[in-house]
Amino acid sequence: MAPRTPGADLPDHPDRLWRAADPERSYDVVIVGGGGHGLATAYYLAVNHGITDIAVLERGWLAGGNMARNTTIIRSNYLWDESAGLYEHALKLWEGLEEELDYPLLFSQRGVLNLAHSLQEVRDGVRRVGANRLNGIDAEWLDAEQAAEACPILNTSPDLRYPVLGGTWQPRAGIAKHDHVAWGLARALDLLGVDLVQGCEVTGFERAGDRVVGVQTTRGPIRAGRVALAAAGHTSVLADTLGLRLPLQSHPLQALVSELLEPVHPTVVMSNAVHVYVSQAHKGELVLGAGIDSYNSYGRRGAFPTIERELAAAVELFPVFARAHAVRTWAGVVDVTPDASAIMGRTPFEGLYINCGWGTGGFKATPGVGWCYAHTIAKDEPHPLTEPFGLERFTTGALIDEHGAAGVAH
Amino acid sequence: MSGSFRLAEGGRIDRDRPVAFRFEGRDYQGCAGDTLASALLANGVHQVGTGIRHGRPRGIASAGAEEPSALVQIVKPFPEPMLTATTVELRDGLEAHGLPGQGRLAADPDPARYDAMHAHCDVLVVGAGPAGLSAALAAARAGARVVVADADTEFGGGLLGSGELLDHAPAADWVRRVTAELARGPDVRLLPRTTVFGHYDGNYLVALEDRGPDALTRQRTWHIRAREAVLATGAHERPLVFADNDRPGTMPAGAARTYLHRYGVVAGRRAVVFTTDDGAYPAALDLWGAGAEIAAVVDARPEAPPFWARRCAEARIPVLPGHAVVGTSGEEHVTAAHIAAFDPDSGTIGAADPQACDLLLVSGGWNPAVHLYSQAGGPVAFDGAAGAFLPAGSVPGVHPAGAASGLRTTAQCLSSGAVAGVQAASRLGLEAAAAPRPETDAHPVPKGRPLWRVPDPDTEAPGARQFVDLARDATVADIGRAVGAGLTSVEHIKRFTTVGTGHDQGKTSGTLSTGIIAELLGTDPSEVGTTTFRAPYTPVAFAALAGRERGDLYDPVRVTAMHDWHVGHGAPFENVGQWKRPWYYPRRGEDMEAAVLRECRAVRTGVGMQDVSTLGKIDVQGPDAAAFLDLVYTNMMSTLKVGRIRYGLMCTADGMVFDDGTVMRTGENRYLLTTTSGNAAHVLEHLEDWLQTEWTHLRVHLTSVTEQWATIALAGPRSREVLARVAAGIDLDNAEFPFMSWRNGAVAGRRARVCRISFSGELAFEVNVPWWHGRHVWEALYEAGGPFGITPYGTETMHVLRAEKGFPIVGQDTDGTVTPQDLGMGWAVSRKKADFIGRRSFSRPDTARTDRKQLVGLIPAAGEGVLPEGTQLVETRVLPEPPVPMLGHVTSSYRSAVLGTPFALALVRGGRDRIGQTVYGHVGDRLVPVEITDPVFYDKEGARRDG
Amino acid sequence: MMLIPCPWCGPRNEVEFHYGGQADVACPRDPDAVSDAEWARFLFFRANPMGAFTERWMHRAGCRRWFTVRRDTVTHEIRPVGAEQERAVTV
Repeated sequence: MAPRTPGADLPDHPDRLWRAADPERSYDVVIVGGGGHGLATAYYLAVNHGITDIAVLERGWLAGGNMARNTTIIRSNYLWDESAGLYEHALKLWEGLEEELDYPLLFSQRGVLNLAHSLQEVRDGVRRVGANRLNGIDAEWLDAEQAAEACPILNTSPDLRYPVLGGTWQPRAGIAKHDHVAWGLARALDLLGVDLVQGCEVTGFERAGDRVVGVQTTRGPIRAGRVALAAAGHTSVLADTLGLRLPLQSHPLQALVSELLEPVHPTVVMSNAVHVYVSQAHKGELVLGAGIDSYNSYGRRGAFPTIERELAAAVELFPVFARAHAVRTWAGVVDVTPDASAIMGRTPFEGLYINCGWGTGGFKATPGVGWCYAHTIAKDEPHPLTEPFGLERFTTGALIDEHGAAGVAH
Repeated sequence: MSGSFRLAEGGRIDRDRPVAFRFEGRDYQGCAGDTLASALLANGVHQVGTGIRHGRPRGIASAGAEEPSALVQIVKPFPEPMLTATTVELRDGLEAHGLPGQGRLAADPDPARYDAMHAHCDVLVVGAGPAGLSAALAAARAGARVVVADADTEFGGGLLGSGELLDHAPAADWVRRVTAELARGPDVRLLPRTTVFGHYDGNYLVALEDRGPDALTRQRTWHIRAREAVLATGAHERPLVFADNDRPGTMPAGAARTYLHRYGVVAGRRAVVFTTDDGAYPAALDLWGAGAEIAAVVDARPEAPPFWARRCAEARIPVLPGHAVVGTSGEEHVTAAHIAAFDPDSGTIGAADPQACDLLLVSGGWNPAVHLYSQAGGPVAFDGAAGAFLPAGSVPGVHPAGAASGLRTTAQCLSSGAVAGVQAASRLGLEAAAAPRPETDAHPVPKGRPLWRVPDPDTEAPGARQFVDLARDATVADIGRAVGAGLTSVEHIKRFTTVGTGHDQGKTSGTLSTGIIAELLGTDPSEVGTTTFRAPYTPVAFAALAGRERGDLYDPVRVTAMHDWHVGHGAPFENVGQWKRPWYYPRRGEDMEAAVLRECRAVRTGVGMQDVSTLGKIDVQGPDAAAFLDLVYTNMMSTLKVGRIRYGLMCTADGMVFDDGTVMRTGENRYLLTTTSGNAAHVLEHLEDWLQTEWTHLRVHLTSVTEQWATIALAGPRSREVLARVAAGIDLDNAEFPFMSWRNGAVAGRRARVCRISFSGELAFEVNVPWWHGRHVWEALYEAGGPFGITPYGTETMHVLRAEKGFPIVGQDTDGTVTPQDLGMGWAVSRKKADFIGRRSFSRPDTARTDRKQLVGLIPAAGEGVLPEGTQLVETRVLPEPPVPMLGHVTSSYRSAVLGTPFALALVRGGRDRIGQTVYGHVGDRLVPVEITDPVFYDKEGARRDG
Repeated sequence: MMLIPCPWCGPRNEVEFHYGGQADVACPRDPDAVSDAEWARFLFFRANPMGAFTERWMHRAGCRRWFTVRRDTVTHEIRPVGAEQERAVTV
């Protein structure tokens, strides 16, 4: 009998993914962290810069951190030029990635709607749309009626406690399937001869003066010409071993998923004011994310009231969700910076590079990060797109403050 | 009669209360006390839906919450997607149909109500089976405050479905006695129909109580803070994996036993029992006792357990040790089990012999429900003998008990529960003793031998019809492909195959898939491990978690003392934080623009009044109040004289404008600050933070008095005359009562503090009275202003008037990246003070740049309309290719009655040096020429403030 | 849901509190004497350890006092800090 359920069948994964490599004694480049950013960085090091003597070290299972836990939203409609440049670069790469990796990433440009619930959010939205368009990013301002056209189940009644006054709309934005992205990159890397080493936790660094020349791991020391951190929420722990303090705080970020439902939600809706963002994934489950829990934690769990608040917001905005069921909740550890923008670049240690502070928004940047970070590592100089994201900005005051435009910067 | 598979007697259903229901378009009858699943089985209906990927028929594969396959869509009484037939209580008028794996949401809003409850207890007992009830009894007798929660409609757990005897009487009698004693306890709360679905930090457990459609609230979420938690959550019987093991009519042996004893339903007339565990034998014997024919007990182990083999022999039930079911026949219903000789050590199978049956019972052992224990941080470890993951180690305050800890017999469960109850009570310092254990059947402790999969006789596509996860239609072949692709982590394989990701989160498939992965990788299940157990244990409706926080209760609504007056006068409201503020007061036939122009005109030429009670107000007292305010404001507050008022600006430590307002000195050691409406709580927290943790030497007290004072702004050249009519005792003369001062006196007969503050540039007063006099004084002023045409105005007019004067609004004309200097308010930044919050940051390289974005005015070219707020500004008349350099953006923009032209405020790069230049606003696809001007548009010299 | 021991009100649910991050971050006594880099460290750089962390909370829905606890950022287990240190922060 043929499958009856639309979306029930995802495309099959290929029969060959990657081999579980054992670490060698030395590599040109060691990447610490086998998440999306680490894998994408290795990929562009190989493809753009011809460097393939690379190990990607993952303490758990490959792409099992925030890459496996995020809500897969992809967009580039950021306010500031610096962010817009980087995220739009990423979005353009997303648009060709499926073909390039020859892997079904389920990249779906179904549009993202960022809601405004107050007059100030309307001003901010119009401002951001204007900035986006001048930066060459597709963006439109929708009034409440147009927002309801983009997402018919959205409650645009003026009787809402915080009525929808409109929203920004990026048609090219959307979602992709996180595991497929990671596995597509991993498979490509495996074919390129890059070692993907799982169950290998970096516990410290080998140094020669102010130069980092390798890493200590739970599977022994590994020498490296260059070491690149891509460890998200655990970056501070690694940097601490060098006495390097970073402006990062690690917080729990929770999300949840419903049972499989017939298609009801055609797009992605985000609301900073009421802290919820939701899409309906390919199989039919609703995927919802909340705001971060306030306290520092590496515990990969948050508090239950955060989930309750999130669902109150979800049911307010989408009354039809009332009897959808939460079947699984989870949390990741996100590294948040003071200005809600990432940190990328060189460090005070020669041969050591950082990429961190993506907070709640790292997934969408994956190919863009990989591209620019690979450049930074290969050339030992920041890529022009990521130069403003260096650590120096915290000293000069030239922050890239994305709080205003993205209270939760997904 | 409620179905031909229903026994004439027995079970806990009420045959005198028939229940009519509809399934897949056909009418049926069940009994009160049935689940949808038991009622269907009573009517001989086994197929419920179809599998999600292959569309194969799917039946009822359990008798409880672990159900992987009997998915139903409720149509009536209210559409509900994807429930399990095994947990839906049968009710009159219920209408449902089976699902192919996807549910449908209702199109209409849910009419039901939901609520939240909070409870604290000494001991929370999760699960009211033999272990849970024993634990609760021990703890309650010791004097502990106890809560007992169980998902089922009645207490008893496994005892309700086993037909066992306790103290030589039906176990239900014991359950009734214990429940009654608990119910009499002074501090015991019994929560049937309540599933504890999550464990959070500090023994905080969350549960869902299902109260049914007739209750005022359909479901309630319980938040329970327990000092001790006993987790007597039971176990789930593990199916066996063989070819075509998904045919309806195939179910765990224990489930068939439950249908028999609990619901009086014999699920088939002729059964084959396939087991690797002793536990299936009593089920076979019970069904035989109820009249079913048992074609064979097929035991995959080389030898059958002697005790049970004897009992089967007595019943003339054939027992086939060293055999396995290797396949089945049938379409919508199993018609035969294919039995073959089997050597579990070598994995060889013989030729298959089909044995006709309409029921295939399976038992692969039991998986303890370790979900909550694992969520609590408890480690689980694989136990080779049980073939399951059992609680290991210990978590303080958390006590797994009974089947949830891997125990098998009722006697063991009763004892372990009692021990857990005593332990929990003892940890609380209570004296506790276990009650005597009731006498149980003297059966041997069941043993099993894990069998992860039976060899597949199909050599063409081996494993392709051997289902591991019925919810996800995932097979042994799927796991094989994942392993073949190079995956070794159970997490990767879960994601590759989607095993365990269904609505049931793999309750019956999780351990099985671990076992199969281990076999395929040639390792041990303990090496493979499990995926993470996460809340919720069973699916929970969004609405239940949203609870009452819907509609107006989503967030508190704050209104002022004059709110009803504003409503009565037709004002639409603007949400400002949680406050409702009147936006404007349209007269008949007026749109917003007309109303605002009229209101503005009234203030500029006559008199207007506004409710500004929402401004945050903080009372600052103490000998060091002046020193404290000098530290938190950018300008000097210590030099302010009593009776006077000063505008003040606050920055965060990084030098960015954070809030502004007025500061009035009400005494030598006392000030009253105002803050912006939306930011009041943040300002108070900011001040408390610095006061308590940095300047601990300062003797200052901070008190929020926002809701103590109702405040009315009276603005316009005629405002003095209006006020004079109701404030005869206050000398309102300019000389006596100068700008930026305050006086106490009576207004409309009420004690008031009147300030001369102006946010419009006009002569203006702010009248502060105790909150409860707000409405009276407002109406008195309105009446007094009648002859002057006094005009109430809202936030929009206030915004226009202040913008005409170039006064920024923090949060609108600033965005957290703007310094006082950027606003052109360097005059409010003291150069005399040694320090204040934010000062050091002004000299950082980026903050000290002279070409930062600065607040300026804009006048659009003649004939152009109002620029949309948020409009970006560019330098060139023609747009270059993107990315286009941007100069800044419009922060505020209005039509002005008094200027006769639209105007705007904007933050523009190096803006102050560009005054007089023309730049372009990017509006839609047009570039609108705008002239950059000084931000003060009206009455630059300030001539109007004294009237 | 953590149970946080407010030294003034007793143990309360975490939702009653406002989080303040690392404790004992002193503002430089003479801000003019520190470099921009040192000032940046005060503004933006905070410890972020995995494990024991001395951190601040404010009992927003209760006494509104800031206090310090030592909490494990993995297990979330909380211990009050010594009395002297507590006074220093909460006077």
